[in-house]
Order: sequence, then structure tokens, then C-alpha cells
Amino acid sequence: MSPVETAVTAQPPVVQKPNPLWTFGLLRSELVTTFRRWRTLALLAVLAAVPVLIGIAVKSQTNGGPGGGGHGADGGPAFITQVTNNGLFLVFTALAATLPFFLPMAIGVIAGDAIAGEANSGTLRYLLVAPAGRTRLLFAKYTATMAFCLVATLVVAISALAVGALLFPLGDLTTISGTRISFADGLGRALLIALVVAASLVGVAALGLFVSTLTNSGIAAMATTVGLVITVQILDQIPQLHALQPYFFSHYWLSFADLMRDPVYWDDLIHNLGLQALYAAVFGSAAWARFTAKDITA
Amino acid sequence: MAPYESDDSTPAGEVEDVRDGRRRAARYVVPVAVVGVAAATIGLAPAFAGSGDPDLPKISAQQLIEKIAKSDVQQMSGTVQISTDLGLPNLGGLENSLASGAVSQGVKGKDGSAADPKSKMLELASGTHTVRVASDGQDKRKLSLIEKAAEYSVIRNGNDVWAYDSASNEAFHSIAGEHRGGKVTPEDVPATPKDFAEEALKAADKTTSVTVDGTAQVAGRDAYKLVIRPKQSGTTVGAISIAVDAKTGMPLKFTLTPATGGAAVVDAGFTKVSFAKPAASTFTFTPPKGTKVTQGDDLTAEQRKTQPKGMEKKAPEGAQPKTIGQGWNSIVVLDTGGKGKMPSGASSDGSPVSGFLNSLGDSVTGEFGKGTVFSTRLVNALITDDGKVYAGAVTKDALVKAANAGK
Repeated sequence: MSPVETAVTAQPPVVQKPNPLWTFGLLRSELVTTFRRWRTLALLAVLAAVPVLIGIAVKSQTNGGPGGGGHGADGGPAFITQVTNNGLFLVFTALAATLPFFLPMAIGVIAGDAIAGEANSGTLRYLLVAPAGRTRLLFAKYTATMAFCLVATLVVAISALAVGALLFPLGDLTTISGTRISFADGLGRALLIALVVAASLVGVAALGLFVSTLTNSGIAAMATTVGLVITVQILDQIPQLHALQPYFFSHYWLSFADLMRDPVYWDDLIHNLGLQALYAAVFGSAAWARFTAKDITA
Repeated sequence: MAPYESDDSTPAGEVEDVRDGRRRAARYVVPVAVVGVAAATIGLAPAFAGSGDPDLPKISAQQLIEKIAKSDVQQMSGTVQISTDLGLPNLGGLENSLASGAVSQGVKGKDGSAADPKSKMLELASGTHTVRVASDGQDKRKLSLIEKAAEYSVIRNGNDVWAYDSASNEAFHSIAGEHRGGKVTPEDVPATPKDFAEEALKAADKTTSVTVDGTAQVAGRDAYKLVIRPKQSGTTVGAISIAVDAKTGMPLKFTLTPATGGAAVVDAGFTKVSFAKPAASTFTFTPPKGTKVTQGDDLTAEQRKTQPKGMEKKAPEGAQPKTIGQGWNSIVVLDTGGKGKMPSGASSDGSPVSGFLNSLGDSVTGEFGKGTVFSTRLVNALITDDGKVYAGAVTKDALVKAANAGK
């Protein structure tokens, strides 16, 4: 058992009514457990390596001269042709490259493991011994997962910014609409984009948490969540499903690129955030319905 | 939370179990209710948004046309949604309708840069596109085609015309005013409802009936609806509806429906519009470092050969198109000269190319000989075996009649 769980149970259980601060204690312990795991650190390291790979690939490809980018958007992840102009674009390219698979996969691992992993290792019942209540535990688990979404996105962004600054020139940048904005403005937009990308993962996190309440096997929950992410993205490519696609959680993921237009094109961004909120509400409440009524046997 | 949560593990009796099961099921009402509320909101929102046509003073068709003509909106910006459904096959250069006039003009141009406006215009001819427009006076215009994680912009600022394709990171520069024939400036691209409306009103003469058909709300603004119908028979154009902003006289929405009914062939309308002065930075463009810039005059004849697919069917050099008929029934006639240049439906050499073309067109015979008719929902084209091309927004019969008369 990890030291954190012992810390939870070691809290003096004198209060009959749970202290409101208790949630924060639980949350803090969840955060510490999540971010102390080797698995989490390895995932973050993989995510940090992606921008390094992209940066080196673009740098070595364009050493011969400018241009050389693909023709059209199918030449690689979004913004890849602009990376040579300005290192800040590596942040957007890296996020566009990791958002379809790496980031949701990492979230799937963390969210899928949240409840099922505890059940698997037999620690769930100890967590429930503490007078926190199941709803609070679920809430703390979900918040920890969302914190991981944010940290994972920021790790990609910061690693990309560092690599971009190292390999490519920085300075005023040209938006994809062709207008120029200052570097500070660009940095602000990069931060905003990272937040939007993190918010785009809220839906997957809720889905993973729900799957995690369905089973006692952590591996099964992770595999199901990651499988769902892949399946939905494949379905999103099939033109015959045109009518359903706006309701897939991944459909508007790339809309974060709209923040790089000038003026910003909000329509799809708002769709995306609304859709993520809807997924969080539906699967969050489904997870609650399942978890609070579940027989805990492990 | 409720106290029973913590003593969930206590053994329960039979009756308790049933009640417990019900209580468990009841919890799932929450996610189901969330889905229901969301579905209702999505389903009902458009119904509320579209309710109620505005009350506007009556106006005659003549007055409304004058209003459009007098309209002098210099400063505006907005988002336009364009849906084009010509019905496949896309015949590239043969689409010689008023809707794609500029498209075919573009086809004749040279190509060498991904940012060359002419190579982009064909994209507008099919599917649904979102275009942002901004304008501040005559010589400051901007038109951006919104693509997935990329944008294609044509910017005119004074005499400079820039086109920037962010997906390929290429820019195209030319100077407006110099030999204008081959230039595409933002105003040459029929992307705004205004451009379409002007084209349509140009065609309006005694062969046309123009009426005012009530009012509508477009992009949150009150508008009159002007309906243009061809009086002649034989054309494939059913009706053209133009929503005209009641205050400024600017066309806000343009819809062209074919005579055969069904979905609109061209539907271009503002989804957002503002008449405030756009920021000056909107119209300034400096190519970023590392961007490949093509000058308008750099393009050589060699680069013409690298035309993308779909442009190959351009008219051979030297062929001068002429127009027969009038009004809506105008037919463009093009003599490509000599037989066999265009594989027609009647030729049976069995090559894969002619087989493919046969599958696209219907072969027809008449006094003129044999030929193949290629149809879209708006434009039909007849290619005869002796190399003549008849095309127009007219029915097949009208094309055959024209071909017979031309013989």
C-alpha cells in the first residue's frame, strides 16, 4: 500500500459529520498519489518527448533551406509548416500532434485506473473506510484526473516552447489569418490554447472515470477508455456518419487552432467546450450513479 | 452524503434488496435527464431562433433593386457560409454559370503556387465553406477561407494584393492595376451574397420577373426578400432569392434553387455581420520569415503544366467562346476545333478514359450528329463529336436544339 493511503486512514476519524475541509485533504492525497506514481511520471516524460522529436525532425528537414513543408494540411500536423518561421508555433504543432492520441491515451490510463485500479489492488475499501463518502471520493478522483489533464497539456506546451526557443527563431508571429501579433500576445494565446486543449480532455476524463466504476480491473478500464477514444476518432472520419459526428467528443478537438485566427473564430471553440461540459455532466453523473450504488467487494 | 453510503456493506434482507435495486436504478435518472435536457436544447434552439419575420414597411421590387444599387457599405466585416451543391460530376472549366463565372475565369489562369488565388477558387465550387470578409473602403479588402486548423486569405491593401495560405505556408503577391485581366482580387471572388446578387441582377431583364417576397431575419438583421424568377422555359434556374438588409441595402443572403427542385445549388449567407470599421491590422500583411513568396509575374509557362487535377479540362488555347440565346437561356459555344479532341460518348475506342467519361455523361444524337451531355444540377454541357461544346444553365433539350440550329 502506498504511504498516502496510510496517511488517509491515519487521519483521526473523530468527526461524525465530514468536515468541509476533508474534501481538500482527500483531494490533496489523491493528487499526491497520482503524481507520485512512476507510471504518471513516465507518461509525462513521453509527452514531453513528443515536441523534442517534432522539433528535431522539422529542424533537420528544413536545414537545406526554407519551405519544403507539405502541400496543404495533410502534410503533417497543423501548423507544422510555420514552425520554421517562429518557434512558438511548435507549441501549437505539438499540441495538435498529441491531442488526437497521446494526450487522451494518458488521460485514459489515469482516469481508467482511478476507481478500478484501487479496486484491483484492494485499496478501494480502505479509502471508503474514511468518513469521506463515495461522492466525495469520486469527486476527488475526477478532480485529480482533470488536474492531470492540465499538467499533461502544460508539460507538452512548455517542452515545445523550450525546444522551439532553442531550435527556431522567436519574435512577432503571423496568425494563420495573415495578421501580425506581438510575441507577448502570441504567448498569451499559447497559454489559452493549452487551457482549451486541457478542457478538451474533460470529456474523455469523465468517460474514463465512468468506465472505471464499471469494472474491478484497472487494465480493462484503461484499455476500454483508450479503445473508445480510438474508435470514436475512426468513426469521426467516416463520411456516412456525418449527422452524428458533431456529438463525438473528439469532433471539435482541433478547434483550438481557431484561437490563432485574427479575429478569433469562436463558433467551434464554444461547440467544443459545450460538448466537453455535456460529456462531463452525462458520464460524471453516470459514474456517480454507478459508484454510489455499487457493491464494493475489493 | 446520505448516511446509507457508508454502511453499504451491511447485509440487507430480501425486501431491502428490491428497494435497493430501485434506488440504484433511480440514480441513473440523472445522466439520462442530462442527455434529455441537452437533446431538447439542441433540438429546440433553432426553432426559437428562427421564429418571427420582422415587420418592415412595404417596398416595391424596383425600390428594392435601387436600394441595392445605391447601397454603399464601405466598412463591414462578417462571416459568410457558402454551400454549393452543383451535383457531381465536377466538370471544372465547363461550369460556366453565373455562380461559377469567376471559377472558370480562374481555371484559365496559370498555377504554380499553393497560395495562387486561382488554384483555390475551385474549392469554393463544391461543398460548404466558411468565409470571413472584411472591408474598409475600396482598396482595403480581405477575404479568408476558413479551413481546418488553417486559413487561406486574400488581402488587398492599396495596390498590393496578397494571398496567404497558412496550411502550406506560401504567399502570393501581385500588384492590382497592372494588366488586370489575369488578376484575382478579393472583389473578383464571388463569395459574399452581395457579389452573387450583383451577378444575378445583371442578368435581370425582360426575361425575368422580380418580386418582393416578405421579410426575413438574416444574421440578426431585418431584411427584405427579393425573388428573381426566369420567365423563359428551358433554363435550369428555378428561382433566386436575395435577402437585402433593410437599413443598408446590402444583400445578406443569396439562394439559388434549381428548376428541378430540391436543395439550393448555391446558398451564401452571412451568419454574422458588423458594420463597424475593422481593425487596420486586418489588412496589413508581411510575409513571415521562411514563407515561400511567389510574385504574380514569376509564374512561367512551364508552371502551367503543373496544374492540379480538375483543371485539365480547360479550353484549348485559341478557342474563342461565343454566346447564343439571351437572358437565362444563353448558351456558351466553344469550338475546340477538330474531331476526337474530346472523347465523346459516341466514340467507342474502349479506352478507360472514354469509358469513364461515358459513365459521366449521356450520349445524345440529333441533326448535329452525335454527342455527349454532361449534367450537373445547374449547368448542362453538350460536347459533340466534331469538337463543339455547348454549355449553359439550360436543359438538355435546349442544348440539343441549339446544337441543331448551329449546324
